Amino acid sequence: MSSTAQAVHYEEHHQGWFERWFMSTNHKDIGTLYLSFSFLMLFVGGSFAMLIRAELFEPGMQLMQPYFFNELTSMHGLVMIFGVIMPSFVGLANWMIPMQIGAPDMALPRLNNLSFWILPFAFVLLLSTFFMPGGAPAAGWTMYPPLVLQGGESIAFMIFAIHLMGISSILGSINIIATILNLRAPGLDLLKMPMFCWSWLITSFLVIAVMPVLAGAVTMMLFDRFFGTNFFNAAAGGDPVMYQHVFWFFGHPEVYIMILPAFGIISEIVPTFSRKPLFGYKAMVYAIACIAFLSFIVWSHHMFTVGLPLGAEVFFMFSTMLIAVPTGVKIFNWVATMWRGSLSFEVPMLWAIAFIVLFSIGGFSGVMMALVPADFQYNQTYFIVAHFHYVLVGGALFSIIGAVYYWLPKWSGHMYSNFWSKLHFWSSAISVNVLFFPQHFLGLAGMPRRIPDYNVAFADWNMVSSIGGFWFGATQLIFVGVVIHCVFFSKAKAASRVWEHAYGLEWTLPSPAPHHSFTVPPVIDDSQLAHGDISH
Amino acid sequence: MSQPDANVYYVPHKSRWPIVATLGMFLFMVGAANWLNGHDTAGQVILALGALTIVGMMFGWFGNVIRESLKGTFNSQVDTSFRMGMMWFIMSEVFFFAAFFGGLFYIRTFVVPWLGGLGDKGVLTNGYIWQGFSAAWPTNGPEAIGGAFNVTSPWRIPLINTLLLLSSSITVTVAHHALRAGNRKRLIGFLGLTIVLGILFLFGQAIEYSDNYLHLNMTLHSGIYGATFYILTGFHCLHVTLGTIMLIVMWLRCVRGHFNREHHFAFEAVSWYWHFVDVIWLCLFLFVYIL
Repeated sequence: MSSTAQAVHYEEHHQGWFERWFMSTNHKDIGTLYLSFSFLMLFVGGSFAMLIRAELFEPGMQLMQPYFFNELTSMHGLVMIFGVIMPSFVGLANWMIPMQIGAPDMALPRLNNLSFWILPFAFVLLLSTFFMPGGAPAAGWTMYPPLVLQGGESIAFMIFAIHLMGISSILGSINIIATILNLRAPGLDLLKMPMFCWSWLITSFLVIAVMPVLAGAVTMMLFDRFFGTNFFNAAAGGDPVMYQHVFWFFGHPEVYIMILPAFGIISEIVPTFSRKPLFGYKAMVYAIACIAFLSFIVWSHHMFTVGLPLGAEVFFMFSTMLIAVPTGVKIFNWVATMWRGSLSFEVPMLWAIAFIVLFSIGGFSGVMMALVPADFQYNQTYFIVAHFHYVLVGGALFSIIGAVYYWLPKWSGHMYSNFWSKLHFWSSAISVNVLFFPQHFLGLAGMPRRIPDYNVAFADWNMVSSIGGFWFGATQLIFVGVVIHCVFFSKAKAASRVWEHAYGLEWTLPSPAPHHSFTVPPVIDDSQLAHGDISH
Repeated sequence: MSQPDANVYYVPHKSRWPIVATLGMFLFMVGAANWLNGHDTAGQVILALGALTIVGMMFGWFGNVIRESLKGTFNSQVDTSFRMGMMWFIMSEVFFFAAFFGGLFYIRTFVVPWLGGLGDKGVLTNGYIWQGFSAAWPTNGPEAIGGAFNVTSPWRIPLINTLLLLSSSITVTVAHHALRAGNRKRLIGFLGLTIVLGILFLFGQAIEYSDNYLHLNMTLHSGIYGATFYILTGFHCLHVTLGTIMLIVMWLRCVRGHFNREHHFAFEAVSWYWHFVDVIWLCLFLFVYIL
């Protein structure tokens, strides 16, 4: 009798609450922890956004001190990036990758538990800074010195929180790489893998390459502040712009860390509801790899106005515009997948289509900002705020919500409410545009970002944007209701193959999926795979 | 227990160590942050608690894995997962050092020449703020932060240290070959020699640092040169220290006969790590000391 069978046996019969959630080696439970944590953080970061929009509802200072406003904008960014988007993608990876490749679990299940549990502690460190002398970090999520070094006691806590988040995501990525490269069922070649696995494999390499660089950047900051070094002091031969270079060498690939898994999700959802295989599967894989490579040579487009040499501006302008090519390949391939398909518009498909539209809008404004001369006008205005919220809310967050609606029946074994989930979608899709589209106009008219007060000329669109913000925020409460209802109260049983044309190994498992996905390697039947026909 | 079944997937038992590890890291960082902010006593106590928790966790977690490994729980697939885990962990370390090397190159290629008046960017700072500053390396900047200083010659202690680390990479490889050949005596001898070389290296670094501080006035405060020098060599030193501790653990495990010709992942992982710190040192020797 093998020890494996004993291990599985042991786990199914002796599971206290503490044991199950704190000592877990189960990819599904850890995935649930990740997703629940990021869901909670969505409302923490969201409440900061609500306060920001409340202050900006009218010109003048109404609700808060300017410094507190700065704390909110900084912490909103840090929480949303490191606490919501990244962990929720890791949560989805945890749930889906082992099921999609025919594995029992993640390759290193205990490390997986460590990766998750670092996060809540890191956020206790980070959020506790609100209650410290000098308040939370207030120099923006990018933490530029010398401004950020002028903060109070929060600096050390912020830096250590960043270190912890970095360790968490690096360990998580190591685990994902080992899982995908080592635990695929025999016969599941790399080029038969679901796109979601591909996108995460490439994302993991990005994480391993850039999170340590962020750790290096904030470590230099720690030394400047506490140990008397002069990395960012020009009088000593250092340079504050060096921080920006090191930070954005992390920061730009980080942007793709937050969008590549979204590409993977959309590439799963669109073929299912188009009842056609994904158009150009291989091209999609190469496009992701290409975007990942390009992400390392575009970072200075975040710094066009700091005074770069002309040669650098030209190089980074052209390399940035180059990214539009592989990204365009993806957009066109999704549209080509839908072309002449038998489309049906279940809830996940609605989110996927909204993703394609909203992400394209964000992508177009990105190309505008890639142009150096034009960027001198857009820089530090609300236009950039509109741009990255289109790609991060309309893009990343919409894909995550779409993924939850796509796989939730598989996880819970129950169907969710059609009415409420559709209401959630339509209300979100409209309000997100009411919220962010006017910010384009504000930015082009010259309204600066990160400032709590503004010229009365910007009053109307700010009020519209704030109304959209409250509307979008309130709408997400519907999501909470739909998920809780589906998991705990829904009576509608989900079939194994939840959606009519859903292919891939995860749909061969019953709903809800068994505790450990596959105990022996499944026999691969190419017709059951979404991309089994490699001639595509 | 018999050998694991290669056809059945292996999933480890639940473990309390990950949550203990996070608790230890949390306490360590809360303590460190409080200490840095001037809350000395509380900070030190919490930091010590965190450090103890981390050390205890390592004994517990690694001990647990070693016991499982000796029972023959892990099949070859698990072994491969471990190998990939270590490889990509080292890769992340490479990028951690890359951040500091990148900073150094940027400073030396662009920032210092600009401060010295090169190109469009140099005109304003050099013409108005720091007139007459001429670019040089080593430098502590136009305001000579940290005062005049000297730098150590690469051809004395750094060269000896280079030779020490290079030969330690060879001895650890000899030990590895001995392990695969089943030559226990040779294994224990050469692994022990590697540890001695590692400790000698650290000793050399300690002499160099104290010489820098006591006689050359080359400190952390010595402008950008001191900053880049100490962050690069300091983090390398920290990694050599960790590597030496890991080698000592491997030596003890070899003495106890934990490894055989086929199964010695932990030994290989530590030797990879050791080669990694060796390569980083070669880059340091070239870019920090010589050039």
